[in-house]
Amino acid sequence: MMYDLIVIGGGPAGLSAAYEAYNRGIEKILILERDKELGGILNQCIHNGFGVHSFKEELTGPEYAGRYIEMLNSTHVDHKLDTMVLSISNGRDVKHVEAINTEEGYLSLETRAIILAMGCRERTRGAIQIPGERPSGVFTAGTAQRYVNMEGYMVGKKVVILGSGDIGLIMARRMTLEGAEVKACVELMPYSNGLNRNIVQCLDDYDIPLLLAHTITEIKGKQRLEAVVIQKVDENRNPIPGTEQTLECDTLLLSVGLIPENEITKNAGIALDRRTSGPIVNEAMETNVKGIFACGNVVHVHDLVDFVSEEGQKAGRSAAKFIKNELKEGQDVTEIKNGDRVNYTVPQQIRLENIMESQEIMFRVSNVFKDVNITVRNHEGELIKKLRRPVVAPGEMEKIKLTRADLEKANGLLTIALEEVI
Amino acid sequence: MREMICIVCPKGCRLQVDEKPDGEIIVMGNGCNRGIPYAKKELTNPTRVITSTVKIRGGIHKRLPVKTSTDIPKGLNFDVMRELEKIEVEAPIKVGTVLIKNVLGTGADIVATRNM
Repeated sequence: MMYDLIVIGGGPAGLSAAYEAYNRGIEKILILERDKELGGILNQCIHNGFGVHSFKEELTGPEYAGRYIEMLNSTHVDHKLDTMVLSISNGRDVKHVEAINTEEGYLSLETRAIILAMGCRERTRGAIQIPGERPSGVFTAGTAQRYVNMEGYMVGKKVVILGSGDIGLIMARRMTLEGAEVKACVELMPYSNGLNRNIVQCLDDYDIPLLLAHTITEIKGKQRLEAVVIQKVDENRNPIPGTEQTLECDTLLLSVGLIPENEITKNAGIALDRRTSGPIVNEAMETNVKGIFACGNVVHVHDLVDFVSEEGQKAGRSAAKFIKNELKEGQDVTEIKNGDRVNYTVPQQIRLENIMESQEIMFRVSNVFKDVNITVRNHEGELIKKLRRPVVAPGEMEKIKLTRADLEKANGLLTIALEEVI
Repeated sequence: MREMICIVCPKGCRLQVDEKPDGEIIVMGNGCNRGIPYAKKELTNPTRVITSTVKIRGGIHKRLPVKTSTDIPKGLNFDVMRELEKIEVEAPIKVGTVLIKNVLGTGADIVATRNM
């Protein structure tokens, strides 16, 4: 059987993409999910705060996933669970997806379009190279979250958390409620990348200290973790000698960043962006391979699931257009470059032919800045748009909307930067 | 004058809250209307929604996620956790099913947050 669309990943991005493509008239859609149920990482995010934008109410992760699963159940969108995609490849008129599961064995599937929605992975101890011994008791925060919230295992009693991203903060509260003592949340940077509300309701509510500009420089323990050594860091993030402090603990949770999961993407020869670690995409969320789209955390790590769903919708809509031969290939390609104090932009390219009224560009800034202008300049360096912001931070994705008229002035290149207010 | 961060939504507005001698509470810096009742409550009787899990038999997982149907006084967080420890449910359960009615007399129910 030939599918119109195969979506890889049944998390929020994939669910939203499949649902949108279906609503745009695409009939033969298949979602491939490696877990034993749909919903992705939302299933372990049992806390609330999801859906404020999408549903105008505050839902827990499982409730948010449940809404989309329910919506999909009212369609003919098909899915296979417990199915691992091994590779994808691009033929002339048809794309191939090789996958495997325990019921059907090896699967070779054909489709006209693919949406990549594999999400991201947590960085591990290896990725940040913490020196010391190698006892048990060192987990990534998300792994611990799955153990505690779904599998029913408590991972430890005396906990230190490294990294103050939202997962770390949420786990600080979760472990405390479950009876553990959380000794500290240690953050390398002089600020937290987590949402302010999570610092209030996850740390402050339970008197858990947030140690900014600190890091862990040694892990101690033979069988099980016994202690970690923390140290203050200077402005270059180097540990300051003489500031060592030993914290006794049996568990270390790492919340030290997420990386888009792009092995399949890379092996298919799709171009990746070093800044996002995700595929380079255009205004249609299409990769550099025609008919292969991407959305959600596989493209770049989002702050809110609501924005992931929105991006999924965009990819679903574009894939539907592609399948119906309505997506223009476009000769007039505008590259988007990150200028001063901007770390990346998504999309990285825009084809003017496909822009109806406007295009939103998402980007992240490189540090916390107060009272700055976000500027968009064209190929000649002329100012196209300027927005003043009282405060910007790396933890909060910024968005800027450009009209078709703005984009017509680009002359092939747009640079987004932060500039001082003069 | 007190500074606080609104936790009603992920935006996290910085609120300036002033309590006048006559007891009137003035809130500034709120991005939407929900910030005002939040700030007043936070000064008088802070409340939180509790999300956790309970034991489930016969489900796809060993734990069923639950929440309080409305916010409850912050001081009762750990008491609610102890109530959750006492119960065990049997699959299938539908999202929204009330598992404990009026938990600890707070007026809030413990409800399932997914089908299992």
